[in-house]
Amino acid sequence: MAKITYIEHNGAEHVLDVKAGLSVMEGAVKSNIPGIDADCGGACACATCHVYVDEAWTDKTGTPTAMEESMLDFAENVEPNSRLSCQIKVTDELDGLIVRMPESQH
Amino acid sequence: MTKSDAGVIIVGAGHAGGTAAALLRQFGYEKPIRLIGEEPLAPYQRPPLSKAWLKGETDAETLMLKPATFYAEAGVELRTGVQVLSLSPPDKTLTLAGGESLVYETLILATGARPRPLTIPGADLSGVLVLRSAADAEALKASLGPGKRLAVIGGGYIGLEASASARALGAEAVVIEREPRILARVANESLSTFFTNYHRARGVDFVLSASVAAFEGEADRVTGVRLGSGALIPCDAALVGIGAIPNMELAKAAGLACADGIIVDESAQTSDPAIYAIGDVTWRHLAHYGRPFRLESVANALEQARQAACAITGRPPPAAEVTWNWSDQYDLKYQFAGLPFDVDDVVLRGDPASGKFAIFHMAGDRIQAVEAVNAPAEFMAGRQLIARRAAVSRSRLADTAISMKEVAA
Repeated sequence: MAKITYIEHNGAEHVLDVKAGLSVMEGAVKSNIPGIDADCGGACACATCHVYVDEAWTDKTGTPTAMEESMLDFAENVEPNSRLSCQIKVTDELDGLIVRMPESQH
Repeated sequence: MTKSDAGVIIVGAGHAGGTAAALLRQFGYEKPIRLIGEEPLAPYQRPPLSKAWLKGETDAETLMLKPATFYAEAGVELRTGVQVLSLSPPDKTLTLAGGESLVYETLILATGARPRPLTIPGADLSGVLVLRSAADAEALKASLGPGKRLAVIGGGYIGLEASASARALGAEAVVIEREPRILARVANESLSTFFTNYHRARGVDFVLSASVAAFEGEADRVTGVRLGSGALIPCDAALVGIGAIPNMELAKAAGLACADGIIVDESAQTSDPAIYAIGDVTWRHLAHYGRPFRLESVANALEQARQAACAITGRPPPAAEVTWNWSDQYDLKYQFAGLPFDVDDVVLRGDPASGKFAIFHMAGDRIQAVEAVNAPAEFMAGRQLIARRAAVSRSRLADTAISMKEVAA
């Protein structure tokens, strides 16, 4: 279990307990948090679960695969700390993680 | 209950219906929402049923669109295993099996599509399967394993994904296709060849240009597929994947305008202003291609769920999207966007032999559709170029030395 803070583009914060083994995307979608669409359900096929990982956490969330990087390349407003949240697996080490959402996923 | 308290009723608790309910709450809709489904389950994701779920790589809980607790927490009354018998638009009433009547203020029809049946002798034998629901997938999974042989009727996505999953589970698979090539209706010829070779190298057999005359069986259980040529393909189970037909009987009987689906506009509204329709059941105008069409995809279901939820809550309509979809087979990620209408020719980028390539369908200097195998940049850039209706140089598109980022710039 990890406590994850999801911050919408408008500043609205949602703090959720997310089960280890789920993805950061699933944690948000299953609680109906706005801002992460995840149209493909986590297949790394759509780039609609784009988030910015808080700078303090970028090491712990790991590095994107080549597939994820290629998808991200074409998302809107990509930053160095951009990730597809369906590709970040939640572990106990991510307790306290903060992710911010872009203005739009489409 | 008075009509003003009646709120939204969503008929069909699939991917589209479940998403519409969740979005209405996200968008601040405060009146009652009732979500009615025929299946015994809460809304779940269908794509993994032929992919990760079938191979045992994901569990039933992961399939669910939302956790079981979501509906009560969000104030969505979920009623599963309930059939809607009729719809009366003049008095905004639904009649359920059992006789109960429900009054709606706004109705969303998300009744989906069902597998096209193959009406030949033996089609009712046990072991003759389709793949649409979780129950279908359970039955298919139970027929797969070492020493088993699956005959697949129809070389489309469902059939190919099921074949790949069957091989992963140690079963044999043979695909029987009416056309001279698989994916004939949806994919470019070089892609058909690529997928055929890829599956063959992994032990899948193909019987092309073949009609199916009958299913043969013993003790009510299928044992083989009899071809039009007279040949018999022995099998332990047969999966029929020959397309889907829209579940629009309810709408049609109620007098809503229908074509090959319930006709809706760009806000997912039907010919009755109080009734929306979303997902596989709809027949919609595709502004990008200047014609109406019925799309069967998650992307379409979600886009129309957004359109309907925006319209019902008075939000501005979401931007139009380019249709897209994906298929996972073995280690291949096949992504495609757009539709190959009015295409003059195609541009190949990359070498199919490398297992990473894309095919762009061109109308003049514009991309109408892209099919990408293990080529996410080509897919993403292609999708954006289609949306922008951008003029693209064919020679640059074909040149892998120029990145897709540069091509799309």
